Amino acid sequence: MAWNRDQLAARAAKELRDGYYVNLGIGIPTLVANFIPAGMKVVLQSENGMLGMGPFPYDDQVDPDLINAGKQTITQLPMSSFFSSADSFGMIRGGHIDLSILGAMEISETGDIANWMIPGKMVKGMGGAMDLVAGVKRVVVVMEHNSKDGAAKFKPQCELPLTGSNVIDLLITDLGVFSRPDRHSGFQLIELAPEVSADEIAAKTSAKYTVAL
Amino acid sequence: MPASTHAKIYPDAASALAGVVRDGITVMSGGFGLCGIPENLILALRDSGAKNLAVISNNAGVDEFGLGLLLKTRQIGKMISSYVGENKEFERQYLAGELQLEFNPQGTLAERIRAGGAGIAGFYTKTGVGTLVAEGKDTREFNGETYVLETGLVADVAIVKAWKADTEGNLVYRKTARNFNPMMATAGKVTIAEVEEIVEAGQLDPDGIHTPGIFVQRLIKGANYVKPIEQRTVRVRTDKTGETA
Repeated sequence: MAWNRDQLAARAAKELRDGYYVNLGIGIPTLVANFIPAGMKVVLQSENGMLGMGPFPYDDQVDPDLINAGKQTITQLPMSSFFSSADSFGMIRGGHIDLSILGAMEISETGDIANWMIPGKMVKGMGGAMDLVAGVKRVVVVMEHNSKDGAAKFKPQCELPLTGSNVIDLLITDLGVFSRPDRHSGFQLIELAPEVSADEIAAKTSAKYTVAL
Repeated sequence: MPASTHAKIYPDAASALAGVVRDGITVMSGGFGLCGIPENLILALRDSGAKNLAVISNNAGVDEFGLGLLLKTRQIGKMISSYVGENKEFERQYLAGELQLEFNPQGTLAERIRAGGAGIAGFYTKTGVGTLVAEGKDTREFNGETYVLETGLVADVAIVKAWKADTEGNLVYRKTARNFNPMMATAGKVTIAEVEEIVEAGQLDPDGIHTPGIFVQRLIKGANYVKPIEQRTVRVRTDKTGETA
């Protein structure tokens, strides 16, 4: 059984550590906030200029001056701070954020990521994704293992335009988890989703990796 | 109080733009999505009829609000942005070849503006190395890592939105409505700020001022703020997880 969206977010939440400053991308990564273990202090950064993001507001707390990078209304916490986009990306690019969790369209076996552009289709822009993968200390990707037509998304090389080159440390798909000890090494398959076999993953993956289950 | 104290204050957005807006200029416009955008100055810019504008803004508004209004009237010839996914008219004009577009990574855009305002001609960043963004640009190794050269940005006119100003043009922003506004305020040859409230000099805490008045040449008290919310996301009182309701 492949992991569903919530299970993927819960698995990604296992990468959180007490005291971490974390930036969560849009989509499944946003759900990771729901799985922060009780008692663990994690400070969420929003790249539009906030540290210490609180939960979504109650209806009577909605404030148009208080949104996250997905343009959703949010709340502040007693420890929150606000700052400019330049300061925000100083934190990101300067290596002050411990962990970034984001989605992807393709990941290569050497840790490249493509997640911002499909040539020939409307280009929406990269937003802050290139800065995040370039600057955050540890970059984790959460994505479906295969595209809707069944094609491998974890492959020898990305075919789509890159967001960053050799920047991914951990890949969590709905079928399993691939990690690498450092950015000079290849990926290892370290975990399987329930009832998923290593053979099934091998059949659905074109990237080279080793098995370390 | 001498009259010169209030020399930066204009009666409305149209008068604040008068004499500085013309066809073909570069305009920086603050905001992230529709949060912290200069609503009144964008409307006045539309009504000025100025054409072929180059607009530097993180986003392009939505079809019916913000910079989307200037796209509708075909007043924008080029945009420099990081993300424009919320605007169908933008898509149509871009695909039809009517609009030039330069994408910058969001942090690179913020830093280019900060650099421009601070008199820095260029800087090397890790962001975008090995991607389309770095194509044709100088790269250099520092401490064994590759960086790409990006240049500073300035504008003929910067329009920004703050929460409060004093009569000297000192600005204070509110929550995440700050975003690109402070850097843009520094990078306009003429910077025009619109605010929700103007107080007398001395009434803002000097330690709490985000943009010192030297960066602000013109100032208006904005009228009728709409502040549309793009993704109104709330939780229900009985829900303890903060799930989207």
